[in-house]
Amino acid sequence: MKSYPAFARGPVHAWRRFFGIGETELVPQARLSGPMPWVIAIMVALTVIASAAGLALRNTAQAAAAELEGGITVQIVEAAPEARKAQAQASVKRLQETRSVVSVRLVPEQEVNSLIEPWLGSGTDSTPDAEIPVPALIDVRIDREVTPARLAEIQDALGKVAPSARIDAQSTWLEPVFDAIESLQWLAIALIVLLTIALGAAVLLAARTALGTNRDTIEIVHLLGGTDRQIARVFQRSIGVDAAGGGAVGLVLAIVVIMFLGRRFASLGAGMVDQGALGWFDWLLLALVPVAAVVLAMVTARITVMHTLRKML
Amino acid sequence: MSQAAEGEIVHFDNVGLRYGTDREVLSDLSFTLYPGSFYFLTGASGAGKTSLLKLLYLALRPSRGMVRMFGADAITLPREQMPALRRRIGVVFQDFRLVQHLSAFDNVALPLRVAGVPERDIEKPVADMLEWVGLTDRIAARPATLSGGEQQRVAIARAVIGRPEILVADEPTGNVDPDMAIKLLRLFEALNRLGTTVVVATHDVHLLKKVPESLIMRLDKGRLSDPTGALRYPPRRSAVPAGDRP
Repeated sequence: MKSYPAFARGPVHAWRRFFGIGETELVPQARLSGPMPWVIAIMVALTVIASAAGLALRNTAQAAAAELEGGITVQIVEAAPEARKAQAQASVKRLQETRSVVSVRLVPEQEVNSLIEPWLGSGTDSTPDAEIPVPALIDVRIDREVTPARLAEIQDALGKVAPSARIDAQSTWLEPVFDAIESLQWLAIALIVLLTIALGAAVLLAARTALGTNRDTIEIVHLLGGTDRQIARVFQRSIGVDAAGGGAVGLVLAIVVIMFLGRRFASLGAGMVDQGALGWFDWLLLALVPVAAVVLAMVTARITVMHTLRKML
Repeated sequence: MSQAAEGEIVHFDNVGLRYGTDREVLSDLSFTLYPGSFYFLTGASGAGKTSLLKLLYLALRPSRGMVRMFGADAITLPREQMPALRRRIGVVFQDFRLVQHLSAFDNVALPLRVAGVPERDIEKPVADMLEWVGLTDRIAARPATLSGGEQQRVAIARAVIGRPEILVADEPTGNVDPDMAIKLLRLFEALNRLGTTVVVATHDVHLLKKVPESLIMRLDKGRLSDPTGALRYPPRRSAVPAGDRP
């Protein structure tokens, strides 16, 4: 038995108590040598990755929604180039006079051509000699959310100056994308719930196994006057230490994976993907996953052990 | 908690015990143990000595009858109050039941730690106790590396470290040589002189003569006989005055 200087005894005893050394080491502590911490590490890593995916999707959806909110696209679908050009200019002028409109931009022909180039190839233009007429595009932004009623108002306003105008809320184009993102978010949540249940089940099995393995020791401690709470504390601390170790490993592993995937997605250069980048609050939430795992593991262990001990005299 | 009958520490009234649906292994046990007394529990193998001791150290509840320990009804006592009662009882198990992954020191310290004694108040008493049983040089040894006699002494040290009011020992000399058996018996006597009630189960009739003042409880096929009449008519012994207790 080691003897410590008087000034060090308090911290040493606190340290020994927390890590189950000495008076609380009633059951052998495996400390990262058994399967439990690694199971927890895998669970935490998967949960953090699933959470990061969910958060990134949420960020993407929020950013896209914010960007598209108030966005309207006016297409002048007119085969005759001159009439198309005249209607486009009249529409721009009419829209600029509309009170709720914040900005109006007639998309240059070169930009329109480059937008459709991946589908129709180069050389397509809206000049009089072009074989394929391309609609003129006007990007409009209003100072409020686009509703069917507001769309109808603008449609009415443009109807007189540009009979070939077709008006769409930009958000409607991305509705299927938003639906897909929402589905993926639910999938991420479902994964997190399943992983949480799996973690709880793993801890429950580990606690029961540990109880069975240490049954003799527990009986001795019982007969020496140990209470259920004392014994439960030992197990919950033991599993808590395992969960903390496993959680830390899992978090590091997950961060490596997230950083790697983040770089790969960033290199795509797609605007929508870039907007899914995680903020500091997201990282804070992810850092809480192993903490939640430790709490879940300790609570599960305590409930399991207390339930089992109540069957003893 | 009901008031204990004057001077009694354990009282059994018409107690019977059966395991499952088998026949009773203990039947119609009625006796009283008094503070500061030394009892030998004898009987052939299978007579029920260990079962009776299990009732005494509250590892089992009887199938019928009444058991009063330290004035409390041990049968109806709420489960959460059992640990406090058990801490007043020291037990030397027949098979020692040391915790294998703990050192001799930690095994002996276990009852104190379970009782919540601060760590700073544990080191010296445990070291003293191990010195008392002659195991100072084996303080850090684990049970697997100790001989049978050494394990026996660690088990005894663990049983008495908390200064129990009653010490229950199941064949404590069964695994040691005669010299060590006498030495251990002297330890029990010393503890008894300090006021602890001692109950030693043994089938070694020679051992009974070594403690002249002891009272004998004999079990035969689960029934208690009282060859000296001491259980029915206990001698008037004065318990050690509280001031002389350690």
